Amino acid sequence: MENTVKFNRVSPKKIEEMEKISQMQGISQNDDGYVKTIVKRFLKDKVAVVGLFFFLLLIIMAIFANQIAPYDPAKIVGSFESAPSKDFLLGTDEVGRDVLSRLIYGARVSLVVGVLSVLIYSVIGTTLGLLSGFIGGFWDAAIMRLTEVFMSFPYFMVILVIVSLVGPSIWTVTFVIGLLGWPMLCRLVRGEVMKLKNADYVQAAIASGYNTFQILFKHIFPNVLSLILVNMTFGVATSIITEASLSFLGVGVQPPTASWGNMMSNAQSLTVLSTEYWRWLPAGLMILIAVLSVNFFGDGLRRAIEGETR
Amino acid sequence: MTEIKAKVSETMVQKNILSVKDLTISFHTFEGEVQAVRGVSFDLKEGETLALVGESGSGKTVSTKAITRLLPTKSANISSGEILYNGENLLDKSAKEMNKIRGKEIAMIFQDPMTSLNPTLTVGRQIAEPLEEHQGLSKKAALAEAIQLMEKVGIIGAKQRASQYPHQFSGGMRQRVMIAMALACHPKIVIADEPTTALDVTIQAQIIDLLKDLKTEFQTSTIFITHDLGVVANIADRVAVMYAGKIVEIGTSDEIFYNPKHPYTWGLLASMPTLEIGDKDLYTIPGAPPNLLNLPKGDPFASRNMYALEIDFEEEPEMYRISETHYAATWLLDVQAPEIEPPLEIQARNKIFEQTLAAKKG
Amino acid sequence: MDRNPIIQIKNLKKTYNSGKKNEVRAVDNVSFDIYEGETFGLVGESGSGKSTTGKLLMKLDSLTDGQVFFLGENIQDKRSRKDLLDFRRNVQMVFQDPYASLNPRLTVKEIIGGPLEVHKLVSSKKERDQIVYSLLEQVGLSKSFANRYPKEFSGGQCQRVGIARAIALKPKFIIADEAISALDVSIQAQIVNLLRNLKKEANLTYLFIAHDLSMVKYISDRIGVMNRGKIVELAKADDIYRSPLHPYTESLLSAIPEPDPENERSRQRIAYDETQFSYQEDDPQVGLHEIAPEHFIYCHENEVEQYQQKYQQLQKEVV
Repeated sequence: MENTVKFNRVSPKKIEEMEKISQMQGISQNDDGYVKTIVKRFLKDKVAVVGLFFFLLLIIMAIFANQIAPYDPAKIVGSFESAPSKDFLLGTDEVGRDVLSRLIYGARVSLVVGVLSVLIYSVIGTTLGLLSGFIGGFWDAAIMRLTEVFMSFPYFMVILVIVSLVGPSIWTVTFVIGLLGWPMLCRLVRGEVMKLKNADYVQAAIASGYNTFQILFKHIFPNVLSLILVNMTFGVATSIITEASLSFLGVGVQPPTASWGNMMSNAQSLTVLSTEYWRWLPAGLMILIAVLSVNFFGDGLRRAIEGETR
Repeated sequence: MTEIKAKVSETMVQKNILSVKDLTISFHTFEGEVQAVRGVSFDLKEGETLALVGESGSGKTVSTKAITRLLPTKSANISSGEILYNGENLLDKSAKEMNKIRGKEIAMIFQDPMTSLNPTLTVGRQIAEPLEEHQGLSKKAALAEAIQLMEKVGIIGAKQRASQYPHQFSGGMRQRVMIAMALACHPKIVIADEPTTALDVTIQAQIIDLLKDLKTEFQTSTIFITHDLGVVANIADRVAVMYAGKIVEIGTSDEIFYNPKHPYTWGLLASMPTLEIGDKDLYTIPGAPPNLLNLPKGDPFASRNMYALEIDFEEEPEMYRISETHYAATWLLDVQAPEIEPPLEIQARNKIFEQTLAAKKG
Repeated sequence: MDRNPIIQIKNLKKTYNSGKKNEVRAVDNVSFDIYEGETFGLVGESGSGKSTTGKLLMKLDSLTDGQVFFLGENIQDKRSRKDLLDFRRNVQMVFQDPYASLNPRLTVKEIIGGPLEVHKLVSSKKERDQIVYSLLEQVGLSKSFANRYPKEFSGGQCQRVGIARAIALKPKFIIADEAISALDVSIQAQIVNLLRNLKKEANLTYLFIAHDLSMVKYISDRIGVMNRGKIVELAKADDIYRSPLHPYTESLLSAIPEPDPENERSRQRIAYDETQFSYQEDDPQVGLHEIAPEHFIYCHENEVEQYQQKYQQLQKEVV
């Protein structure tokens, strides 16, 4: 009788073994480290992957602009204002430069400004935010007042003034955005640090005897990092728009260097807008694609990171 | 003891007000499919308090959220089962129809009153609002009714306190407000999800007494969700013990507390310290609950069960009937199962059960 | 019994928002000793000041007034890095929330092994890992957990990791602050057994802070009942359970839910009216008075006799 055998009792040792297996089964699902888990989750998010794909495309375009672009973007290579044709796939601009080549080189400007300015301000914002949140007291108050001062500046006015003093260039734009953009991130980091400072695991670290430096960089900073990264991706999108707007206003990147913003700025007249779509539509679309892809990517990243805390 | 007898015979003739049949719910997560509820069936009888007891992740809250349809529609998947209320399946109702039922017919009390109360509305208004909405009372009449309700749930100076905001109330008082809100429309069913877990012991005792008193006054049927068997001893007519998304034992309060049959129930009851324990180690259920993403073969409790049989690791047991009201899902109740000796604490409880049975007969 | 105090608390005070309208006296003139090798239970409801007391002993918060001595030395004087490290090595804590008390970005190995490195008790990663493995085994976890992150574990397993971290430095004194109240019932018993066994193995002293009186009674040798920043009753665990004298203790005891329907049906809850027990501030006659041997009550000197009668009455009933 096979059935009766099944009703035998199982030895405690065997049960213990089975429980060990069950517990291992319980956790074996997640064999990946922290980063890998987030990457895996991110890859399941279709919109975010599409965003990342386009963003990477832009980066490749920027890096290999020399190889990809059919013409020198600053040289006059054809007749002016000619419509798209076999020779000039996206037509030419008002002095006869190839629009497609300018578009491709424009990606360089946008990405350099977007990424570099964000790097600058996140270093400032993170450092000050960590100090402010962790040390508290006088330094916290001082840094917070400083952010308020910075945040109450009319952003664009300041940029205009600085640009008019220093002279417009891609580097001026980058540094101005970088030096002015940190207060929001600073406040964000400060808030998070203040929250984490009272977290049980930080208290436990203090109780274990870790020194202040270790607590800040081993226990607090890694837990704020994801928040900073997500914020940085959104910052890139904002910076790209700011650069485009400045260039559009003529105080950003100056022709003949190609930037999506100044390409559009040269297409401001009604006739151009209504009849020469190739001079503004591609540049506008590129800005849209760049900003959307970065935002989708950032949002996907945020969701992938938050997924684990839930 | 005659009182108990009367109660038992009463439960037999009582009508079911709510029937949950073979409810199966899973959640989509990044890691995979979480089998939160795996074929749960129970009836709620008119006027009774049914306690759902289980650890976190046992599926007790998810099951009741399905009743009020408060599960996140995006991630939750109710793959089978029905929830019958007044002969209609609640799972087929539209969102609009559910809005009418929620609050008016089925009300909820949550664990944390602070997050379930609106901090920008006075307490009086919050209690009055459902009265206006569901019962069509005028603003003034609703507020008067609200104050009366507040008095009923033991809030002193209800008239003044009605114009205060939730943050001006202590935790226990807030829970009283939640109870007043839940009872405002005289619901047929109240689902109380860990209503006392966030409260201090003395306040907890008061709230349980209050719920008990109100039950008789308002004639509601209650589902009381808790992780602590001790809490429901005082209030439950019947108890259902849940483990890993299933009901493993269900019976009247006396049956579960004095004549439990499932080794998990044994473990829960025996692991609490008693006065006589002295310096001995506490009885424990070894190990940890299984991961619902990846359930082992057979009975999920098997590897924590010191009384496990070989078959436990191969097949999940069906519900065995012990009495008219008492069922348990364990192979130990099979005719082929060997005799085993439950933990001492359970044997002591069985003695009480035999005494009461004998007293009833004699 | 060896009655060498490991912790002496003298007139400990912690006031928040001092002097302002919303002044809170979280800990209000508390004095007691904890003896080497015992488990001292501190019970009370939320806001009673029990957790704040633990934090003050742990030097995780600064005290407003009073002194705390650890092995005869004032912990306020431990300011230099060396003194502080020495103190930290001997006094450890197990926290309430098993998840929140573990850094989500660190592996179990780093969490448990970190303190060993901080105190320079290991010279290499390999040595650290060996110690971590044996600690994991000691708290009933598999070696293979070492490289994983806390979020992969259940609450009970996380709490074991927290305990392993606390005992890693071989401390003399461990504060368990509501260490079991966030856990499931079936896990609570496991953790309590573990704490008890560890204590036996390493001759530890515990301060066990909790609101669950029945568990505290089981694990503790002596119990202090706190209410509103004050200790209102302090006695041996059995004594306080059998003959609770202070009305607040009575009320607490009467409110413990028991898994016994017959008992519960006939149970009488005792309400506590605190207005009856407010005393004149700075009255020198008010304080902890010894009613019976090692049984203290916070009261006015005039009330001592009344409590003594009550105690004798209760003793008779027990017999």
